[in-house]
Amino acid sequence: MDANIKYRVGKSKFVQGLIVFLAFLITVPLLFIIIYIFKEGISRINWTFLTHIPKPVGETGGGIVNALVGSILIVLAASVIAIPIGVMCGIYLSENATGRLSYWSRLSVDVLQGVPSIVIGIVVYFWLVKPLGTFSGLSGSAALAIMMLPIMIRSTEETLKLIPFSLKEAGLALGLPYHRVILKVIVPCGVSGILSGVMLSIARIAGETAPLLFTAFGNPYLNTNLTKPMQSLPLLIFNYATSPYDDWHDLAWGAALILLFTVLLLNIITKLTTRRWNVQL
Amino acid sequence: METTLAITKANKVSNGKIRAESIFKRSLVVIGMSMVVLVLGVLLTLIIESIPSIKSLGLKYLWGRTWDPINNVYGAFPFLLGTLLTSFLALIISIPFSFAIAIYLGEYNPKGWLSNFLKNAVELIAAVPSVIYGFWGLLVLVPLVRSLETKLGVLPYGIGIFTASLILAIMIIPYAASLGREMIRLVPSPLKEGAYSLGATRYEVIRSVVLPYTKSGLFAGILLSLGRALGETMAVTMVIGNTSMIPTSIFAPGNTMASVIANEFTEADHTVYLSALIELGLVLFLVTVVINMIGKRIIKKFTNE
Repeated sequence: MDANIKYRVGKSKFVQGLIVFLAFLITVPLLFIIIYIFKEGISRINWTFLTHIPKPVGETGGGIVNALVGSILIVLAASVIAIPIGVMCGIYLSENATGRLSYWSRLSVDVLQGVPSIVIGIVVYFWLVKPLGTFSGLSGSAALAIMMLPIMIRSTEETLKLIPFSLKEAGLALGLPYHRVILKVIVPCGVSGILSGVMLSIARIAGETAPLLFTAFGNPYLNTNLTKPMQSLPLLIFNYATSPYDDWHDLAWGAALILLFTVLLLNIITKLTTRRWNVQL
Repeated sequence: METTLAITKANKVSNGKIRAESIFKRSLVVIGMSMVVLVLGVLLTLIIESIPSIKSLGLKYLWGRTWDPINNVYGAFPFLLGTLLTSFLALIISIPFSFAIAIYLGEYNPKGWLSNFLKNAVELIAAVPSVIYGFWGLLVLVPLVRSLETKLGVLPYGIGIFTASLILAIMIIPYAASLGREMIRLVPSPLKEGAYSLGATRYEVIRSVVLPYTKSGLFAGILLSLGRALGETMAVTMVIGNTSMIPTSIFAPGNTMASVIANEFTEADHTVYLSALIELGLVLFLVTVVINMIGKRIIKKFTNE
């Protein structure tokens, strides 16, 4: 009897140890990747790297300013497209919890969230690139905006649902029109949740490559015109990492470090700020 | 006179207000509708653009075993097989880890700095861009796999299905793990307390109370991970080797549906070639949508109970 209990307790302890071990093993590749990219990338980053365009193969030096500027512009344009639509759609879904249209709308958002990014690239190619006759930064932004929408809509909807109904009733009882109640009372109350959705969706699309392959396409020169092909950090990493040239690998390492730390920083900032706001609310 | 003026003025103001209100309401409806239009548009675009390939190749496209654009022969079987192999291999590798994380965070240690640390680490794993996984895999994992293959006595490509599955496994762990954690937290504590009071050990409680209770939720987590793995493009493209041959073993190079689109879309120079690639995209879209929908249905059912 005693032996049996010892066996069962021992087994329980053993399984617990195994689960703790397996669970924490996930931190190994994460740390490995972060440290490796940091080690390889940090020595490549200097002022020239940040302010020059890539040199042709065979010449050392050069930088990635075209990708930096391109990434920033593409992501900014994507946010300008996606934020108003995302917030409005989130408002619609939270205001209309039931109903046929909101059911289908919600279903579509779910579908959109699962669509592989490469498929979005194909579709935007036929919507924007082919009719306009040229690859362009703007079509890249459109593809990324489509990827931002589901995250933003979801976070806006979930945040606004949590706001007490009495706030809305109080506004309406004072005779405020519906749109002012929504825009001046409900949305400001949920601004922290909406902002965290915005930041998370930016963090997610900043590293996307697949939708940009057939839309922004890439550009070895500095370009600030959104209607022309544009380079971006993930595209540059993909193209240079798969090239056989060591000089280009160097540029890719530096770019990878910048991209990785931007994305991780965005995630961490989002987490810290939302935590603080949640306490205040 | 003055009162009527005041009334008409008031009417004007409220008319303006009412107009603004109805414009606002209408634009909300339009935007809600635009999501449906967007998804239908994606589906229709994919279908219309793949019509040339559906017409000229028909159903045998799906199990044609050769993909040879130069001779205008298109069979998607190597890519379907490549996608299934990488995704399921990645799933098998990732399940022990994601379940361990889910059980640890949901049951053993739901709060405290250590579980916070692990939770954040898992979220960061999901945040790392896939192109960075691909780059890292190409320069770190590929040599490792190559030396493993030399030891095993198979052709040391380094790149291939196995390497792609390893990278994919790391990338999809967070999806099943965080969902599993939510589900395990939903297990009512009276159930667990009942088992403890009968003298069950912690392991026995997990095995015979927690896991059976959360079975469907954990399954949904696996489905969502699978949906991710099927559509993942960049990391796989960079390490899978990109050949259109049918892979002969899990160490052989291959191609997935997403990676062949990424590689060949801008090179496709005639209609059938391009449209064959888009048909791959259509298949990918339908499969991932169905898998995601089933997963979400299960979660909804589970959390409503």
